[in-house]
Amino acid sequence: MTSPLLQVEGLTAGYGAAPVLHDVNLTVQPGEIVAVLGANGAGKTTLLRTLSGLVRSSRGSVVFDGADLRSTKVEQMVRRGIAHVPEGRGVVTELTVDENLRLGGLWRRDQADAKRALDEVYELFPALAQRRAFAGHQLSGGERQMLALGRALIGRPRLLLLDEPSLGLAPKITAQIMALLRDLQKRTGLAVLLVEQNVRSALSIADEGVVLALGRVVTRNRASALRDDADLRHAYLGF
Amino acid sequence: MSQFVYLTFDGLSRGAVYAAFALALVLIWRAARIVNFAQGAMAVAAVYAGYSVTNATGSYWLGFVTALVAGLILGVVVERVVMRFVDHSSPLNGVVVALGLVLVIQGVLGMIYGNEFQPVETPFSRDAFQIGDVALLSRYDLFVFAAVGAVVVALTLLFTRTAVGLRMRAAAFAPDVSRLLGVSVGGMLTLGWALAAAVGSLAGMLVVPTELGLHPTAMDVVFISAFTAAVVGGLDSPIGAVTGGLIVGLLLSYVSGYVEPTVAPMAVLLLLVVVLLGRPGGLFSSSKARVA
Repeated sequence: MTSPLLQVEGLTAGYGAAPVLHDVNLTVQPGEIVAVLGANGAGKTTLLRTLSGLVRSSRGSVVFDGADLRSTKVEQMVRRGIAHVPEGRGVVTELTVDENLRLGGLWRRDQADAKRALDEVYELFPALAQRRAFAGHQLSGGERQMLALGRALIGRPRLLLLDEPSLGLAPKITAQIMALLRDLQKRTGLAVLLVEQNVRSALSIADEGVVLALGRVVTRNRASALRDDADLRHAYLGF
Repeated sequence: MSQFVYLTFDGLSRGAVYAAFALALVLIWRAARIVNFAQGAMAVAAVYAGYSVTNATGSYWLGFVTALVAGLILGVVVERVVMRFVDHSSPLNGVVVALGLVLVIQGVLGMIYGNEFQPVETPFSRDAFQIGDVALLSRYDLFVFAAVGAVVVALTLLFTRTAVGLRMRAAAFAPDVSRLLGVSVGGMLTLGWALAAAVGSLAGMLVVPTELGLHPTAMDVVFISAFTAAVVGGLDSPIGAVTGGLIVGLLLSYVSGYVEPTVAPMAVLLLLVVVLLGRPGGLFSSSKARVA
């Protein structure tokens, strides 16, 4: 067994005095898609924000590729190989499609490869290539999701923290995005920590699932096992 | 006719300075959502530094460069030491702190340089070229246009063509997303303040010799005109700041020339009221409403 890419142990974090996450443990192996599931307010978004440093943790450890992430600044995460696509897609709506994408590669030393990655993203999402000069706020919801995802890929991350990619999107587009994640995982070995309320589509591509309730991990299991566990689905996932 | 031509050129020349100063206000507003009421005092401090060097060395240009560099440094210091620690829960907090800075800076300048007006020289003649009996521009007016034009072009290129400019815009619009993409948002904020203060210092260097001279409060009246220009243009818009500056400059010039110099400030206020009633976001505000 290889050493895990991301190992979270006993993580407690939140806003102000009251913690949102309590003693969270989870592991992401290289090239693995792990779905974080749970109802509204379970702490899924806070988990991702804590991992990328936007929310301070009060206890626990976060080890990425052997290095402690808790002392890493938010600005450095992308240099470590972690890309976080926040909830609401995080497109800078005042900037154009092209500017948003270039922003994703500015930190890179290897600018030639950043340029190659940019071209690849345009190939992957022809809709974006046609809208290069459009401002972010002129895009549809699906296009914004593609833009945010494409921008993350320009950094060639090893771990993608993806927050609610299906939010507000038509089922067909959600399915496209899920298929794309699966494809990226297979082709590039990208690991994904996927936060979703859309449990069915998340479990359809995930290898592992973690169920959060009120900030605590209530279940960790193979995605296929979670799909088949009727009691669990009724209790926490609502289907 | 000849009076109209003269007043127009005079207004544009003044307006160019207001445009530069308004641009400085817009730069900080876009980066930090603070109207920097201390811009005038900071600019005067930089101009004092510049003229100290000019007096010591006899070179206007050495003093000119000194003033711009002093502006840059002052911008960094004010952001890092003071503004960074202002609580943003109310927009008034930044304003009050900036007004406090005005009192401190003007007090310190008075202690160092005294509270008398010091006449200062211009590097070029302020006598207007004449065609027939129509007075056009002076050499100094041309210098003002060239300097302000260079700043506008340089800033436009910086923001639209360079990686740093892209980082600065992203950091201003979406700080959290920018940090996740590896942008040092704090650094971009400091850079924004530094650039704004340098542009403000340039405006100070250009305008002080044309007014009563150097004094700790020399920029107070200029600040009011430039602030009006920035608001008229829409605080978010660099093009608006430049246009607003030229409009305010022309208005002041025409009203002073055709009506009465003492009512000119009232005309500026009237312009402000009319624009705010008609287009509350300013002439060049983007269609999207944003909360400060």
